Amino acid sequence: MAVALQLKGQRRVGMTGDEAVAYAVKQADVDVVAAYPITPQTIIVERIADYVHDGELKASYVAVESEHSALSACVGASLAGARVFTATSSQGLALMWEIMWIASAMRTTIVMALANRALSAPINIHCSHDDAYAVRDAGWIQFFAENVQEAYDLTLMAFRVSEDKRVLFPSIVNLDGFILSHALEPLYVLEDDVVREFLPPKEPVNPIDPERPMTYGPLALFDYYFEFKKAQAEAFKSVYPVILEVFREYEKYSGRKYEPVKAYGVEDADVAVLILGSSAGTARYVARRLRSKGEKVGVVSLTLYRPFPASDLVAKLKGVKALVVMDRSYSFGSPGAQLFMDVAAAFANESERPLLINAIYGLGGRDLLPEHVEEAFRKAQEAARAGKVEERELWLGVR
Amino acid sequence: MSKLLSWKDLSAPIIAEAGNSVLYKTGGWRALKPVLDQSKCIRCLLCWFYCPEPAIKRREDDSVEIDYDYCKGCGICANECPVKAIAMVEEGVG
Ligand code: SF4
Ligand code: SF4
Repeated sequence: MAVALQLKGQRRVGMTGDEAVAYAVKQADVDVVAAYPITPQTIIVERIADYVHDGELKASYVAVESEHSALSACVGASLAGARVFTATSSQGLALMWEIMWIASAMRTTIVMALANRALSAPINIHCSHDDAYAVRDAGWIQFFAENVQEAYDLTLMAFRVSEDKRVLFPSIVNLDGFILSHALEPLYVLEDDVVREFLPPKEPVNPIDPERPMTYGPLALFDYYFEFKKAQAEAFKSVYPVILEVFREYEKYSGRKYEPVKAYGVEDADVAVLILGSSAGTARYVARRLRSKGEKVGVVSLTLYRPFPASDLVAKLKGVKALVVMDRSYSFGSPGAQLFMDVAAAFANESERPLLINAIYGLGGRDLLPEHVEEAFRKAQEAARAGKVEERELWLGVR
Repeated sequence: MSKLLSWKDLSAPIIAEAGNSVLYKTGGWRALKPVLDQSKCIRCLLCWFYCPEPAIKRREDDSVEIDYDYCKGCGICANECPVKAIAMVEEGVG
């Protein structure tokens, strides 16, 4: 934050991904933060602890003994009506797993920053998307940031989405561990009063109130559990249009346009790659180079992972003959890695659909190099020419 | 409980009015039923103390009776009774 210059009512500052998330959380004026440190997320909660200690943020900061307790405290605080934030990574999220499902089913509005890190073993602290994928079914909204600017913007938007009375589901903002969490990048931040206008105080629904006792999360067996899950499933379907609305609303304040599916060059592309997170820039860089030589290649990346923007994705990939789905994780024994399965399901009943290839890349923080992306495009071009896929699973850059 | 609701009637799993857990008659879970022989009972109240529900009611005179609406048939009372005044019999038989 050393260099700050005034532009369009916003300040241009330099921050790491973790610092940008912490700054957004401060501006969001959260009431409760319960967290346990874990690399590469730690700086987020350290900065927030500084803000609270220095009196810049009036929040109760609950230092707990584990991630399981962190998220449990968040659930209680959110139900009590507070605006709540937590952050974690990898093994920390694994320890929260039990409470993840409860946080969603109880309709809390917790916002979590997830600095993506590979799951052990072997022990690794760098980026894979294992952690985000492992909670894909838990009923949380999930955003993926491509750069530090997006990590900041999406954190602010996540509060607005989660707390919307038509939503009431918790959100995760994913940012690639180290690649974004620890990278210093320039970004524009909104003024505090602008954030306050975009994000007014939370209006709790059915908050815990000693004057009006209620039972939260009671027992529901074969007679009611099924109906509660159907109700939750239907409620989750109403999330998507609200996200679109919040994206448009945020654009008015920031001038930055957000879409669930970002597309580059796909309108006329024969082949494309689909990717999540910070590597999208590398993929677009390669696509730009190939397109300048006349090759019809495109890139799609997802800002929104849950709810999965299936119909938007299908529409944007119309006419693409072969698609490489890039997964920064692996699903052992499954017919494809996690994102691949989502995409295959999204196209399941489409008469016109691309041939699908699954590329595994970047596990444990391995760099995705331009030549890896080029290799993916080449495989897709071969498949498109031959009309069939020879090798469905690629491991890009593995020795 | 009365009519079962559809998913359309439900939102978050919250019971908004307090004090209605009594409406859930857990006695329906019972496979074995405790049957008390008042003539053997020495009113020591151990069953009343140990019953986890609690489905043993203590009367004014310290005699006890079993509330079958909520007794789940765990058999703890029969096990604790020092004079074997409670017998566990198959539900629907005794
Ligand atoms: S069987 Fe169990 S629940 Fe029933 S009265 Fe005895 S101790 Fe209580
Ligand atoms: S434990 Fe046996 S003797 Fe004691 S009060 Fe209960 S039934 Fe009577």
